[in-house]
Amino acid sequence: MKTYTNTGNIDTRSGFGAGLEILGDSNPNVVALCADLTGSLKMNAFKDKHPDRFFQVGIAEANMMGIAAGLTIGGKIPFTGTFANFSTGRVYDQIRQSIAYSGKNVKICASHAGLTLGEDGATHQILEDLGLMKMLPGMTVINTCDFNQTKAATIAIADHDGPVYLRFGRPKVANFTPKDQSFEIGKAVKLQEGTDVTIVATGHLVWEALEAAKTLHEQGIAAEVINIHTIKPLDDKAILSSVKQTGCIVTAEEHNYLGGLGESVSRVLAQHHPTPQEFVATQDTFGESGTPAQLMEKYGLNAKAIVEKSKKVLKRK
Amino acid sequence: MISSLITAHKNVFVAQLLVYFCTKRYKMTTSSNLQEFVTQVRRDILRQVHKVNSGHPGGSLGCTEFFSVLFKEVLRAKDHFDMDGKDEDLFFLSNGHISPVYYSVLSRCGYFPVEELKTFRHINSRLQGHPTTHEGLPGVRTASGSLGQGLSVALGSALSKKLNGDKHLVYSLHGDGELQEGQNWEAIMFAAANKIDNIIATVDYNGQQIDGSTDDVLPMGDLKAKFEAFGWDVIEEENGNDIDAVRNVLAEAKSKTGQSKPVVILLKTIMGNGVDFMMHTHAWHGKAPNDEQLEIGLKQNPETLGDY
Repeated sequence: MKTYTNTGNIDTRSGFGAGLEILGDSNPNVVALCADLTGSLKMNAFKDKHPDRFFQVGIAEANMMGIAAGLTIGGKIPFTGTFANFSTGRVYDQIRQSIAYSGKNVKICASHAGLTLGEDGATHQILEDLGLMKMLPGMTVINTCDFNQTKAATIAIADHDGPVYLRFGRPKVANFTPKDQSFEIGKAVKLQEGTDVTIVATGHLVWEALEAAKTLHEQGIAAEVINIHTIKPLDDKAILSSVKQTGCIVTAEEHNYLGGLGESVSRVLAQHHPTPQEFVATQDTFGESGTPAQLMEKYGLNAKAIVEKSKKVLKRK
Repeated sequence: MISSLITAHKNVFVAQLLVYFCTKRYKMTTSSNLQEFVTQVRRDILRQVHKVNSGHPGGSLGCTEFFSVLFKEVLRAKDHFDMDGKDEDLFFLSNGHISPVYYSVLSRCGYFPVEELKTFRHINSRLQGHPTTHEGLPGVRTASGSLGQGLSVALGSALSKKLNGDKHLVYSLHGDGELQEGQNWEAIMFAAANKIDNIIATVDYNGQQIDGSTDDVLPMGDLKAKFEAFGWDVIEEENGNDIDAVRNVLAEAKSKTGQSKPVVILLKTIMGNGVDFMMHTHAWHGKAPNDEQLEIGLKQNPETLGDY
């Protein structure tokens, strides 16, 4: 069993900020827009170094999406930054018409996704954004798991021609993927090999899946852990080749079970290789105030929940 | 060939010269010539919507003079269409439902074959009910139809021009009823705050929307005062269906660019202009004429440049 070391808890949004700073230095076409959340999105380094390429739009997300779309005309690569709720639900029609349908090369970068936003509560804890974004034709949807991967993904999406939704979060979480890794959009990363059950996780749940695999290993269950950082396009091959070995699967995400990673995986399985599946996800509910750890426990989005669902799905084989 | 020359020379100065000489410089058309163009565009509008029994003739007819002057005389556009639109003026249509006038003028300015107007709103057409980039129609740089989004996109492209050191201008057109959408006011506030002075936005001020007059549906008060309060340079034009008036107001607007303020033209137009029974009512906002009505409308606008 592979061992992964947490090199120190750090927030994924800081990975975005670090990646954006590098892009600012390396790619003169990269521009950034923010709707009054520069500090929260960790965009200060870019703003300070490239004030001419940074646009503070104020609390006006709809306008921000339109301006970003327009900036692409003339060759700019705009990165928008605000919370996930205001990056998606609030501006869905602007993204749909001015960005996705118009085929604009905008990178929608969204922090504070999911329950781990914490104490601010359900108004800000969007659990529907992956579904909203993956339904848009041509939209690439990425949900990274730690600082290093978020940094790498931020840099990688600048070279992808087309709209991208990049989702990350607020809390300090384990940083365990390689420093200065290369990031390939749409390519799943196998973290553990196992033959009993496949665990496919995205975002903050990837570290939890590794923790769950350790527990399962101690109990004699070999779990294969796959980090699906790209929800769309989904790496169908990686999922199918794994379930052909294991015969059952658990999906894990900080998102509603309706519309998220789990449903995308179900679609692949139903079409190509029907397989018992369990979902670690919120159950069609809003969140609430609390610490991230309390919320993840209450809503069943942690290593303990993944272990339970793994045992449940094993019985269905 | 030109682009390969540019690549071969790798010389910015030469490239700029080439771009300059390749840029269309429309000769000033006389009013009578442009009137013929306007009349033909009106025919195109009526025939497009009649054929598919759908579409928006009212606003299209009201903006015919604006489109004709803008595209024939004002816009400095390159001979070929590319999405990036560097080193040329750009136009964005925010009230996308008036696509019939947009398509007619684009085609008659050489962006695509006039014959293609036959396919308006048909299946497998590039001429969708509302304009889109999705089908690759030359001349269109953003989808529009869901109202209130065009100004933000136009502002983004104006910022892009500033970053690129491109001195060309960005033009946009908006319905007056469309200003009820809140995103406009986000954009209006942003433009002034950021001194975006390379944009000329025009409001088609016809006072009509689907459910009735704008004053009946949601009165917008004094638009001039509102734009001025938001820091824009405002020009009012009472005769938006007069070719010379449109020509003059666009020239005046251009003279006001580059002065640290965005410029807006409040262009009073008559919905349905040029077809008597369609004028002064919102009834023809989104309704096509029947056979008999088409005949009357065409009689009032005799063929000038040749029907498609």
